[in-house]
Amino acid sequence: MSVRAEAPVGGGTQERTVTVWQGRVRMRVVSKGRGPVLIFFHGPWGLTWDPFLDRLAESFTVYAPEHPGTTPDAHDDVYHLDGLWDLVLCYDELLETLGIRDAAFVGHSFGGMVACEVAAAYPDRVRRLAMIAPLGFWRDPDRIVNWMMLEPAALRAHIFRDPEGDAARRMFPRTDAQDAATTEARVRLMWAMGTTGKFIWPIPDKGLKKRIHRVKAPSLLVWGREDRLVPAVYAQEFTRRLSGARVETIDGAGHAPHLEQTDTVAPVVRDFLSQ
Amino acid sequence: MKISAFHLMPYRELPADFEQRYESVWVTPPWWELADARRVGQYYNWTLDELQYAAKVGFDGVCTNEHHQNAYGFMPSPNLMGSVLARATNGTNVAIVQMGATLPTSNPPLRVAEEYAMLDCISGGRLVAGLPLGSPMDVNLCYGITPMEHRERYREAVALTLKAWQAREIFPWNGRYFQLATVNLWPRPIQQPHPPVWIPGSGSISTFDFAVEHDVCYCFLSYSGARSAKTMMDGYWRVVADKGRDLNPYRAGFLQLVVVAENDARAEEKYARHVEYFYHKCLHVPAMWFSPPGNQDYRSLVATMSNPVRRAENPKNLRYRDFVEKGFVIAGSPATVRDRLKEEVIKSLRVGNLMVLLQIGSMPHELALENIELFGREVLPGLRDVWDDEGWVNHWWPERLRQRATPVPAGLAAGGA
Repeated sequence: MSVRAEAPVGGGTQERTVTVWQGRVRMRVVSKGRGPVLIFFHGPWGLTWDPFLDRLAESFTVYAPEHPGTTPDAHDDVYHLDGLWDLVLCYDELLETLGIRDAAFVGHSFGGMVACEVAAAYPDRVRRLAMIAPLGFWRDPDRIVNWMMLEPAALRAHIFRDPEGDAARRMFPRTDAQDAATTEARVRLMWAMGTTGKFIWPIPDKGLKKRIHRVKAPSLLVWGREDRLVPAVYAQEFTRRLSGARVETIDGAGHAPHLEQTDTVAPVVRDFLSQ
Repeated sequence: MKISAFHLMPYRELPADFEQRYESVWVTPPWWELADARRVGQYYNWTLDELQYAAKVGFDGVCTNEHHQNAYGFMPSPNLMGSVLARATNGTNVAIVQMGATLPTSNPPLRVAEEYAMLDCISGGRLVAGLPLGSPMDVNLCYGITPMEHRERYREAVALTLKAWQAREIFPWNGRYFQLATVNLWPRPIQQPHPPVWIPGSGSISTFDFAVEHDVCYCFLSYSGARSAKTMMDGYWRVVADKGRDLNPYRAGFLQLVVVAENDARAEEKYARHVEYFYHKCLHVPAMWFSPPGNQDYRSLVATMSNPVRRAENPKNLRYRDFVEKGFVIAGSPATVRDRLKEEVIKSLRVGNLMVLLQIGSMPHELALENIELFGREVLPGLRDVWDDEGWVNHWWPERLRQRATPVPAGLAAGGA
């Protein structure tokens, strides 16, 4: 375990780095808050401690692990994982190391898919499961745009309903600057897409449909009505396989509703997890 | 020098507004709107005819290459083309330079080892085995290989290929990406211990290291000419020196676009629009597609992002005279072309294995033949002996063809064995 200071994280958070996979994979875990344990699985653009997580930390002890390879100075650790099975086992080891037997899971996009996979592999580890615009399925008529191949401006426009809004600005480095911080942010974004893309290229359907029936936890789907990356129809793929799953569709939001409409989404997720 | 004719096999009749109407020449150009299979059949045959003609007029080798889902150059299987050429050039001293079949998209990659061995057998030991990594468009976008696994798969496949050609015993391959319990290649290549290996690249530092460590010929396939390649190739030669290898110019290959005419003015009249077609339409690809996230390792990503290689000017803003002036294309009379190639390319970059692209973009068959003939008869002989006084051996050329080629009289070469 080690403590580091260079994280793109907000005030009041704590960090530690957990080592799993025979000592080969280091995952930094950012945490904050009080109350029942909540694990947050970030999306394909890396972990940023944002106002949504602050809101959850008012009611929960939030642990936000970084996907393998996205932790500073541990970039190459991701090469030790060959596929989704390895990744799911890493999360089990991570929870074991943190001493967490079970928890509420919240995941966004790629992280929503990972949360669901862990819930399918280890149904007893998950008390309640909230997925925000999760990946995991594929419908030929509703193809998911390969965001990894989009130019930066197009990528912003695919993730956010308002590509010039505050949420978009927090996630994306400026396109007009060349200073060291901007360059670092660009590298971080590209590498986060590469390391997450490793598990879903070229089509983000890696067999969740064969495993999702194992999930026992009550589930919530949160979807932005104007999601241009993973269209809201994908919620049906989850609801028809998860009995009792509820869908909340959020107006005025794209693929990151928790960032664009935090005031709406945070209470919805909190209330669901608190039941 | 060894000088080979390179061919992309482009679609030669794209519409004038192609680059305005379509997203990309690669991956997504709609076949049914743009192409015609009978016409394409004609292109393949012209391509073979053009390469056979190059073999006849004195070139040392003929080069084919693999690309997918595009109108820029579509030999999805270079070995099909190579086998026709191997057969047709039997009895000559022309090398079959496959630049080549792409290992990461062949599963198992043993298929490439087998087909190259076949080509070496059919050609009587005249194969040069190019082992390209493959472009991200081909490998990641068209063939679905995960960008982060692209280079790892390639390296494992190269190791497997080299072992499969040489092993005296049957062996198991328990790899990360490929598992084969009983590797026992039939046939084996004629050339021992294996055919010469060339690794084409586009300037990536990790490929320099890989090529030098494996003691193979590194080929810079550039469309931006020698001037913009100078820094890159100097970097390559530094790696060669740092790793304790000799500075044998045959360790380096380079691809250059060339058009030859009676004089410089005629070259412009004959070739300008075909050159512009190539740079404006055949290279019309979104920049992001060249580097999907994960394709570069972290260290290279940081290097690229912190010090973006001065991006060559957008070729869409350039015209024929710019391409010639900048050396993207070497154009003009035989004397002009010979002198520029010798000074700007061969000596400046220290290149022993030169490849020239002579059918460019929309260039029609008859004109391509003219260009090939003028180069072969009036330029090539003046370049052959550039390195002779230094006494280097071209270890990366089929051994039985290393002696200076004697031109085969016209009429004998093309007929085959």
